[in-house]
Amino acid sequence: MELRERPHPWNDYNGPHDDVIMSCRVRLARNLAGFPFVNRASSTQCHEMLRMARRIVLTDDVAPGMIWVDINSATSRDRALLMERHLISKNFSESSHARAVAVSGDESLSVMVNEEDHLRMQLLRPGLQLEDAFERINAVDDAIESRLDYAFSSRWGYLTACPTNVGTGIRFSVMAHLPALKITGEVDRVKRAAKDLNLAVRGYYGEGTESAGDFYQISNQITLGRSETELRDEFQKQILPHIIQYEQESRQVLVDRNPILLDDRVHRAFAILKTARLLGVEEAMKLLSRVRLGLYLERIADVDLNAINRLFLQIQPAHLQLHAESRLSNEEMRQARADLVRSTLGG
Amino acid sequence: MNCDYCNKPAVVHEVTVKNGEKHEVHLCEEHAAEAGMNMPGSKPINELLTKFVISHPSSSGGAATSGTSRSAKSVHRRCATCGLGLDEFRRTGLLGCPDCYESFRSQLEPLIERAQNGGVSHLGKTPRRAGASIDRQLHRQRLIQELDHAVNAEQYERAAQLRDQLESLETDTPNADENHDRASESSSPKKE
Ligand SMILES: [Zn+2]
Ligand SMILES: [Zn+2]
Repeated sequence: MELRERPHPWNDYNGPHDDVIMSCRVRLARNLAGFPFVNRASSTQCHEMLRMARRIVLTDDVAPGMIWVDINSATSRDRALLMERHLISKNFSESSHARAVAVSGDESLSVMVNEEDHLRMQLLRPGLQLEDAFERINAVDDAIESRLDYAFSSRWGYLTACPTNVGTGIRFSVMAHLPALKITGEVDRVKRAAKDLNLAVRGYYGEGTESAGDFYQISNQITLGRSETELRDEFQKQILPHIIQYEQESRQVLVDRNPILLDDRVHRAFAILKTARLLGVEEAMKLLSRVRLGLYLERIADVDLNAINRLFLQIQPAHLQLHAESRLSNEEMRQARADLVRSTLGG
Repeated sequence: MNCDYCNKPAVVHEVTVKNGEKHEVHLCEEHAAEAGMNMPGSKPINELLTKFVISHPSSSGGAATSGTSRSAKSVHRRCATCGLGLDEFRRTGLLGCPDCYESFRSQLEPLIERAQNGGVSHLGKTPRRAGASIDRQLHRQRLIQELDHAVNAEQYERAAQLRDQLESLETDTPNADENHDRASESSSPKKE
């Protein structure tokens, strides 16, 4: 798989509001008309779907440099690699029916075939750039739709396996970095408020996963009765500014109330990262989160923010395994992680 | 129906049965929030589905939610196209095919409206090929079923023919926008 030769999808994570919004994503759910949904399709029908999708998706007018990964025959490491890059979902990685993913050359686009819906396409962008992400995914959708009949009704819109996605089939989401809200204990208030606003707050790897490194995936839940741009604008212009502001204000509170405590946390985290010989993934993410916070608050200098951002991905198990010659044990993994972090940070 | 505490329209209706006695509560948005009841729209689908199942007369349990109870017959309803039963949908939360939306329309309508915070019909993007494709849909439906049978019966030549027909159905797009050049069709898939 070519992904292996691409150590990192992005050179940097720079984008609007990147102090709080690490990346954003737009996802579309689509199904082929006249086909049973994936959960009701026979093995033959699932394979037929793959064959048709492959022919249609792997063209340059969908996206340049598309590669096709058959998930059934992929190794568990390659599946983990794709999941760590947020190109496939946890569920998709773990199920057993015929399925595949197409990934664009720059890895901003991925199209999962035979996930819960026949097609789940998503576009990732650094920072908060949902307009841009939406325009791109919309063009991809147009290109695919010109050669495929989507299941659609004028009443319900795009028909999806789960009725909660029906309508636009669209989901806007962001990977929000909320370290200050976590420290002040207010992240639970955000979660409660989010629920009232029809938002879902999930963990680092989306549905059914825990938060790590103070990252939370926040997404809209409404898909019916409002247009794509209405949903996007509501999410981006009415909801997200509050969350961003809440985190920013909490960061300022940390600076104002007890700068010594804040500095201690940031520098202590950095010192551990620079000197540790063994690091677990959760511990490393927590420490990287504090350094990232310190960088944006200018409590620490001479650390490359992009290096820190990249480390969040590079320290994940499958990515660590990339450069290893044989399968690493847990202990070896912790050591390899610490070595990588130390050498990156010049420790 | 109005709120038990004020004259605003009630959005939360709860019916509980305790010791054989029925209690009804109807609350507006404000009073429901005060009473700590979640707004219908903010509930995740699984929760809604559970309530949906609980409310069914044939299932035991004291609490029932009004507005979602259906006649016992509906549980045996099936989608004519894919054969999915309503009971199975209630268990998994997933429909079996696009036609299920029509087959279970009356059950889905209240469920979707609640999950979508009042949204009842589609606004937004419409595929260019939609509408003109009913024949193709039926044709595809037949082909995909026959393909399944052919493979199960190990009639591989027949299966290959059916695959070709399915493929030509996709490329044969008389109503598609001509601006989408067909040339891209010939560009071959990349190597893995
Ligand atoms: Zn009231
Ligand atoms: Zn059906």
